[in-house]
Amino acid sequence: MTSSPPPADLEKTTTTPSGVPAVRLRGIGKRFPGVIANDDINIDVARGSIHAIVGENGAGKSTLMKILYGVQAPDSGTIEVGGTEVALSSPADAIREGIGMVFQHFMLADNLTVLENVVLGAEKMHGIGGKARTEIRAISDAYGLGVDPDRRVEDLGVGARQRVEILKVLYRGAKVIILDEPTAVLVPQEVDELFGNLRELKREGLSVIFISHKLDEVLSVADEITVVRRGTTVATVDPGSVTSRQLAELMVGAELPTPSTEASTVTDQVLLSVRGMGLADSAGGRPLLSDVSFDIHRGEVLGIAGVEGNGQAELVEAIMGMRPGSTGTITLADVDISGFSTHRRREAGIGYVPEDRHRHGLLLDAPLWENRVLGHQTRKPSAARGLIRRRAAVADTQRIIEAYDVRTPGPDVLARALSGGNQQKLIVGREMSGDPVLLIAAHPTRGVDVGAQGAIWDHIKNARRLGLAVLLISADLDELIGLSDRIEVILRGRLVGSFDPSDVTPDRLGSAMTGAQEATA
Amino acid sequence: MNVRLTKFLLGLGAPLLALALAFGITSLVLIAAGDPVGEVWSTLISWPEQRNQVNIINNAMVLFFSALAVSIGFRMNLFNIGVDGQYRVAVFAAAVVAGEAWLPGYLNTALAIVAAMVAGALWAGFAGLLKATRGVSEVIATIMLNFIATSLVAFLLAKLAVREQGSNIIGTKLIPEGSRIGGFSIGDAPAQVYGFIVFSVLAGLAYWFVLNKTRFGFDLRATGASSTAAVASGVSVKRMTILTMMASGAIAGLVGLPILFGSAYNYGSTFQSGLGFAGIAIALLGRNHPVGIALGALLFAYLDEQSNPLQILVGVSPDIVAITQGVIVLTVVVSYEIVRRYGVKLEQRRVAAELEAMRTTSKQTEEVAR
Repeated sequence: MTSSPPPADLEKTTTTPSGVPAVRLRGIGKRFPGVIANDDINIDVARGSIHAIVGENGAGKSTLMKILYGVQAPDSGTIEVGGTEVALSSPADAIREGIGMVFQHFMLADNLTVLENVVLGAEKMHGIGGKARTEIRAISDAYGLGVDPDRRVEDLGVGARQRVEILKVLYRGAKVIILDEPTAVLVPQEVDELFGNLRELKREGLSVIFISHKLDEVLSVADEITVVRRGTTVATVDPGSVTSRQLAELMVGAELPTPSTEASTVTDQVLLSVRGMGLADSAGGRPLLSDVSFDIHRGEVLGIAGVEGNGQAELVEAIMGMRPGSTGTITLADVDISGFSTHRRREAGIGYVPEDRHRHGLLLDAPLWENRVLGHQTRKPSAARGLIRRRAAVADTQRIIEAYDVRTPGPDVLARALSGGNQQKLIVGREMSGDPVLLIAAHPTRGVDVGAQGAIWDHIKNARRLGLAVLLISADLDELIGLSDRIEVILRGRLVGSFDPSDVTPDRLGSAMTGAQEATA
Repeated sequence: MNVRLTKFLLGLGAPLLALALAFGITSLVLIAAGDPVGEVWSTLISWPEQRNQVNIINNAMVLFFSALAVSIGFRMNLFNIGVDGQYRVAVFAAAVVAGEAWLPGYLNTALAIVAAMVAGALWAGFAGLLKATRGVSEVIATIMLNFIATSLVAFLLAKLAVREQGSNIIGTKLIPEGSRIGGFSIGDAPAQVYGFIVFSVLAGLAYWFVLNKTRFGFDLRATGASSTAAVASGVSVKRMTILTMMASGAIAGLVGLPILFGSAYNYGSTFQSGLGFAGIAIALLGRNHPVGIALGALLFAYLDEQSNPLQILVGVSPDIVAITQGVIVLTVVVSYEIVRRYGVKLEQRRVAAELEAMRTTSKQTEEVAR
C-alpha cells in the first residue's frame, strides 16, 4: 500500500525559516446577517510557541477558529501558513496545510479502541493495522502522551481522551494545533498534565493555539496572548508583563463593574431557602449534589462560583424542578415548593434565565411573541382559562422589546433571526415579567455582545433593587465579584466556601474553586 | 415586498414545487418503461364524472382522518405509524357498540363514535405510555401494536360475530337503520357522499383550534419545537407524550367510521383495510395543517380514483400512481426543507436590513436634534 508521506517528510515540505511565523492572519473579517463576528483580526503565531487567544464568550474566538480550520470562509483578509498564503475552504484543506483542531467536545467513538479512533478517516496514511499501531506508539512516546493504542476509549478518563484527540491531530501531520477551551472539562491535575503535554509539543517545534477565557491558565502556559474583543484583536501581550485583571479589562474594554457603586439592598427576610439538597448520579458516580444548603434574602444577589461541571447546572435544574430524584427542601417565600412541578414553581415566582438559551430558553423557529408565552402558558397576559391570548402576548412582547431594548423589527420575527445578545435580553425581559420573587440567572452574559452585557448587568442590579432574590451562576469571576452580595463556591457538588466579594480576588476564588485551598488548609 | 405575502407565497410554492417534480419523475418512469406518457396524464387529469367525484370525496374523508391523526404526532416529533392498528381496534369497537344498539337512534351512533375514539386513544396510549415510562421508541411500539391489533380484532370477531346467511363471510351485527348516517348525492350519481363529512370538518376545525389557540396545543408545539426548552418552561414532556399519542389515536379511531356508518353497516372480514399508512404521506404533504391535509387527501384520493381506468384505456398498470404518490412524499420533504431554509435566510436578511435602517434614522434624528 502506498501511503502519504510520514510526518518526517512532511516536516521538510513545511520547514519554516526562523522569523517567519507558523501562521499569520491579516485583516480577517467575517459578517453574519446583523452581526459582525470578526473584523480586522491580525495574529502572528510563532513557530514552537504556545499562543493563547482570549476573549469573552461571543467575542468572535470561535468564528476565528472556524475560519482557521476551514469550516467557514472569511469575507476578507489573508491566511498565511509558513510564509505562503493559503485558501482554506474545508477542514481537509486545513489538515493538508498542517493545521489541526481539538474541539471542546470530543469526537470519539466510545466503543472503539484508541487505534480505531485515530485511523478513522485517515486509513490511507498508515493503514489500520500494525503500521498504524507503531506510528501511534511513536507519536505517543515522542510527545509524552502516554496513549495505549489498544485500549478502548470508553475505559479512558477525560484527560486521556483529550490526549487521544491531540494524537489524532498529530497523526494527521499537524504542525499547528488549535485547542478550543481544552481545560473546561478537566480537573486541576489534568490541566497540569495537559500543560505538560503542550510544552512538550512546543519543544518539538510545533505551534499551539490555545483558546480560553480562563486568564490564570493562560498566563501560566502561554508564550504570547492575543486579546479578542467585539470581533477584533485589541492587543497582543507578553504574559510576563500583565496581570489577570489587566487582561480582563482588555477583554471587556472598560473598567470592570464594582459593587461599591451600588448600596447594599440586602434585607434579613429570607426569600429562598435550600436545605440539604442532594442529587445522585444515575451513572453511579459520586453524587452530583450533596448536602447543599443556603439562603438568599430579599434584595440579595448570591453568586455561585465553580469550575464547570461541579454541580452548578444541576443545582439550578434541581431548584427549577427539572431534575427528578433530587432530595432536600426548597422554601420560596415561606412556601415549601419541594414537591412542586416546574410549572408551579414558575407560578410561585421563579424567573429563570437558563445557561443555554438555545436549548432551554427559546423556541428558535417560533416568533418572539410565542417565545414570550413560553414558561408563562398558565399566566396572564399570555394566557387565560386554558387559551393562549395572542393579541395580549404580542402587546406584552412589544412592551419587553421597548423596555429591554431588544433590537428587532417587531414581535412577529422568528427568535432565530435575532443576535445572541438580543435573544438574551428578550429572555431576561420575559423572566422579569410575571412578578418573580426569585431570579435564577445562569451565565446570563455568555455569548452576548458587550453592549448587551452591560444592559443585562443593569437588569440584574435592578432586580436586586426591586427586592428580588437573585441566584447568579457564572464562569466569569469578575462578573460574579462585580454583581454578587455574597459568593458561594461549589466543588464536586458541595458548597465549600463562602466569600465576601468586596474583599476577594479572582485568584483566591480560583484556588477555592479548584480545591487548592483544601490542600493548604 | 409585504412580509405576509412573501410567507404565503413561500408556503404555497413548496407543495407546488414538490408536485411539479413528482410529475416530472413519474413521466421519466413512464418513458423508461415505454408507456404512453401523454395518454396516461390525459386520463389521470381528466375531469372526473359524478360517480367518481363521490368516490373521491368519500376516500378523501377517510384519508383526511388518517393524516390528521399522524400530523398531531408530527407536531410533537412523535411518529405514530400505528394508525392502521388504532383504526382497526376502534372501528371494531364502534361496530360492536352500534350493533348491540343499547341506545336508540343517533344516541347509539354517538356512543359508538365515542367508543371508537376511546378505543383508538387507548391503543395509541399504550405506545405513549411505553415511550414515557420506558423510553421505547413510539415507531417500534406502534408498528408492533398494528400486528397485535390485527390479530386481536380477528380473534374477537370470531368470538362475537354472526355468520351471514349462505356465505362464509362473518361480521358484527348490522347497525340498526336509525343509527346509520345518511349521505347526499352529487347530481344523478347513484352513490352518495357520506354524511360523516360533517365530522371531518369538525375534526379539522377542532384540530386547528386546539393546536393554535389552547395551552395544550402550545405545550404540544413547544415540545415538538424544542423538548428541552419545553421542560425548562414547565411542560411535563412525559405527560404530553401520553396525551398526544392518545389524541392521535382518538382521531385515528375515526378513520373507519365513514365507511361503517355510510356503507358497510357492520365490521366483518371484508371490511376495507390498509387505510392507515397513506395518512403519513398526506400529513407531510399537507404541512400538518388541516386545510393542507384536506387538499392532500383529495389529491391522493383523486389519483387513486383516476388511475382505475388506466389498464383498460391505455394498458398501463394503475400502480403507476403509487409511484407518483411515493415520489410526492420524497419531493415534499426536500422542497419544504429548501423553502424553509430560504425563508429563514430571507428573514435574517430582512431583520438585519431593518435594524440597519433603524440605526441610521436614529443617528439622523440625533444630528437633527443637535
